[in-house]
Amino acid sequence: MSETLEHVDHHATNNGRFAWATRWLFSTNHKDIGSMYLWFSLFMLMLGGVLALIIRAELFQPGARIVNPELFNQLTTMHGIIMLFGAVMPAFSGLANWMIPLMIGAPDMAMPRMNNWAFWILPVAGLILISTFIMPGSAPNFGWTMYAPLSTTYGPPSTDYLIVAIHLMGLSSIMGAVNIIVTVINLRAPGMTMMKLPIFCWSWLITAFLLIAVMPVLAGTVTMMLTDRHFGTSFFTAAGGGDPLLYQHLFWFFGHPEVYIIILPAFGIISQVIPTFARKKLFGYSFMVYAIVAIAVLSFIVWVHHMFVTGVPLGAQLFFMYATMLIAVPTGVKVFNWVSTMFRGSLTFETPMLFAIAFVILFTIGGFSGIMLSMVPADYQYQDTYFVVAHFHYVLVPGALFSIFAGIYYWLPKMTGHMYNETLGKIHFWLSAISVNLTFFPMHFLGLAGMPRRIPDYALQFANFNAMASVGAFILGFAQLIFVYIVIQAARGKGPKATAQVWEGAEGLEWTLSSPPPYHSFTTPPIVH
Amino acid sequence: MNFFQRLRSILLPIALLLVSCSAHADWQLNMGQGVTSVSNQVYGLHMAAVWICVGIAVVVFGVMLYSLIFHRKSRGFEAAKFHEHPVLEITWAVIPFIILVVMAFPATKILMRMNDMDKSDLTIKITGYQWKWKYEYLDQGISFFSNLSTPQNQLNNQAAKGQWYLLEVDKPLVVPIHQKIRFLLTANDVIHSWWVPALGIKRDALPGFINEAWARIDKPGVYRGQCAELCGTNHGFMPIVVEAVSEEDFKKWVAQQTGQKGAATTPSSSAAAPAKLTKEMLMSKGEEAYEKTCAVCHKEDGLGMPPAFPALKGSKIATGPVKDHINIVLNGKPGTAMQAFGTQLNDDDIAAIITYERNAWGNNTGDVVQPADIAAARK
Repeated sequence: MSETLEHVDHHATNNGRFAWATRWLFSTNHKDIGSMYLWFSLFMLMLGGVLALIIRAELFQPGARIVNPELFNQLTTMHGIIMLFGAVMPAFSGLANWMIPLMIGAPDMAMPRMNNWAFWILPVAGLILISTFIMPGSAPNFGWTMYAPLSTTYGPPSTDYLIVAIHLMGLSSIMGAVNIIVTVINLRAPGMTMMKLPIFCWSWLITAFLLIAVMPVLAGTVTMMLTDRHFGTSFFTAAGGGDPLLYQHLFWFFGHPEVYIIILPAFGIISQVIPTFARKKLFGYSFMVYAIVAIAVLSFIVWVHHMFVTGVPLGAQLFFMYATMLIAVPTGVKVFNWVSTMFRGSLTFETPMLFAIAFVILFTIGGFSGIMLSMVPADYQYQDTYFVVAHFHYVLVPGALFSIFAGIYYWLPKMTGHMYNETLGKIHFWLSAISVNLTFFPMHFLGLAGMPRRIPDYALQFANFNAMASVGAFILGFAQLIFVYIVIQAARGKGPKATAQVWEGAEGLEWTLSSPPPYHSFTTPPIVH
Repeated sequence: MNFFQRLRSILLPIALLLVSCSAHADWQLNMGQGVTSVSNQVYGLHMAAVWICVGIAVVVFGVMLYSLIFHRKSRGFEAAKFHEHPVLEITWAVIPFIILVVMAFPATKILMRMNDMDKSDLTIKITGYQWKWKYEYLDQGISFFSNLSTPQNQLNNQAAKGQWYLLEVDKPLVVPIHQKIRFLLTANDVIHSWWVPALGIKRDALPGFINEAWARIDKPGVYRGQCAELCGTNHGFMPIVVEAVSEEDFKKWVAQQTGQKGAATTPSSSAAAPAKLTKEMLMSKGEEAYEKTCAVCHKEDGLGMPPAFPALKGSKIATGPVKDHINIVLNGKPGTAMQAFGTQLNDDDIAAIITYERNAWGNNTGDVVQPADIAAARK
């Protein structure tokens, strides 16, 4: 980033001693804020990964070995919360901040100061979250889903701090979402109509609407948890006239759109990467846009599929089964379009493309287990077993996470001005892609064989596949150190200089700028034809 | 466990794994067909879904694989220019839609059948507790708790694990085959879930609400399941064992249970004249019962995990008036995690536990609580 440092001197306020704080703490620059989101996310990914490895170490063989059941429940809870809210969502926000203004020819996000606040809330929330491990009592131990009354009547004191952290993260997401909508609607360069908008921007535009719709629901829900715990309300306890299922309805009304919030930006990244390395325009741009919108709309009417075994009425089970099966249609359209983009393209297999191809295959496998889960009579056997764990890890890890890797490798040369080490990138890819399957595919078998989830110890018949999953998990975990090394080296300016174009088949306004782009880019808007 | 025991417990299995597989370990890939006609239908639905997904995967990944091999720049392939085809795109939205509609028909039929609770022959009420199940045969007047029976030394890797490690209980649920059994599910504290794969049943047990499920078992045998909703520390340690027997054998079992009603089934009554136990007996029995039931929250050293689980060492309850101590164990503390153990444990156990708590960890009150005191307090 040596070019950009010269620019900073112009911007540092009078006192050079606080230049660091001025540049980073008070930043209103979408590139710097994007970078901060990405570094924060990388740190949280490592932390969430360590928790996962402790879990998999405990589950390597039957019998109590490393952690007791009480701590185990805390690990699974915190692993989920940290990965979803601390790693995956901020990573997508970071890529959005960096790339959306560049892609639409805007000088920055529409609200740069709110952008700053949206980011800086996160380290505070993260600190509160992590500090629950050292609070009296235990860290939250009731799953990232926080079902009442386990989380209300029986939750440890740290639960209240978790609620604060969730409020903060929600605020951050809402502010980021508002910023993205206003930016995309208002700051597009002249000539860039909505149907010329890069798909990554479309995916984030829709995601932003989802965030604004459902984050307040989560905020209300956790506040009701707080009042049930301390202010004498009884929303979620039958004894006081409430209902534990009310919690689940409220949570999942947020929770289901949440998982689409997590995957739509992933779809956007893949839709940028594949055309570049196929040297062919994205197949079916219009249908891709309609599919994103359809998925987003449908995501609001499927939430009860997380509750099929809770005793909701037959009519509800039937409606939500049909609605859930329906989501497979627009998702399938997207998969077919990616394949059609590749078909009769002129393919090369640099690291971003490798991750994108793995995404298409492995996310689709996650989608298949999703279709199976949608069928209620079968779901009675799958729900709360390792089959579900396999499903969501497939869509989250070789799904969302691989798309983040694809995006980082794709845009890292643009962001840092240096080509990352392609050999190391490929090693990272192959180790990750193979180990991710070794870790999560056996979990389908475990669930079908009868292993429930969130248990620290298991019956002997589950030992073999658990051992396999644990070995895979350790390989997967350590492979990410390669990625950390690659990113740090690129950020430090090692490696050959990157051109503006970077990738032969890349198209879009971001590739018209130098690598790295000027600290303030597109101060004059380009004209799009 | 000390460090070396821990290290050995990790390295030894890795070595063993590399050498051989345990005799009991399994490579089961698929769901079982189960022992009811509903579970078989569920299996059929599951397999239909699997094959449809495999079929779609073969087509889609086949096209991808073809492109990955033949449409490479390194092979000299030049990119085509097409980037849309509305008819094709609509077709491949409609075809999956039709496939899904086709799958929805059998799914709907099976679901409606699973929800038909009418004309049952036997009703059993199942209550989830932290961390055990209570079974009540409402028409026969039988009621008992079903606890995990795997010994501590197996859990702690100090003894070889038995075949049914974590899937065995002291008192299984005995049911007749060929009768429609209606299960009523509820919970005492948090949400649990009653799952027996062989019966095709999983239903959440919600505190304060009642859920229903039914099964008609075709084959006698032992069917094992587990709690399937995170319910606290010992969520993984409250299995379910269903013993399906012939209708004749079931009648015999019921007769046997109701004959023993006074002694075994209702926890509140002990033998006709409760014996006076020595302090040594109470302490030793109490320590065992404490470690089984109370230590999970209050911990073996009595220090608990305050404030959710108060310490008993030096506590006002354990060193103050005996009456209050008995009251809180019998009746619990509403609004907290402290359950009413009066409905779960018998007088002997409660007397022993309270005696132990009042004298262990330096509490040394010298108090001795007899089962008769507990029986009196219940009135």
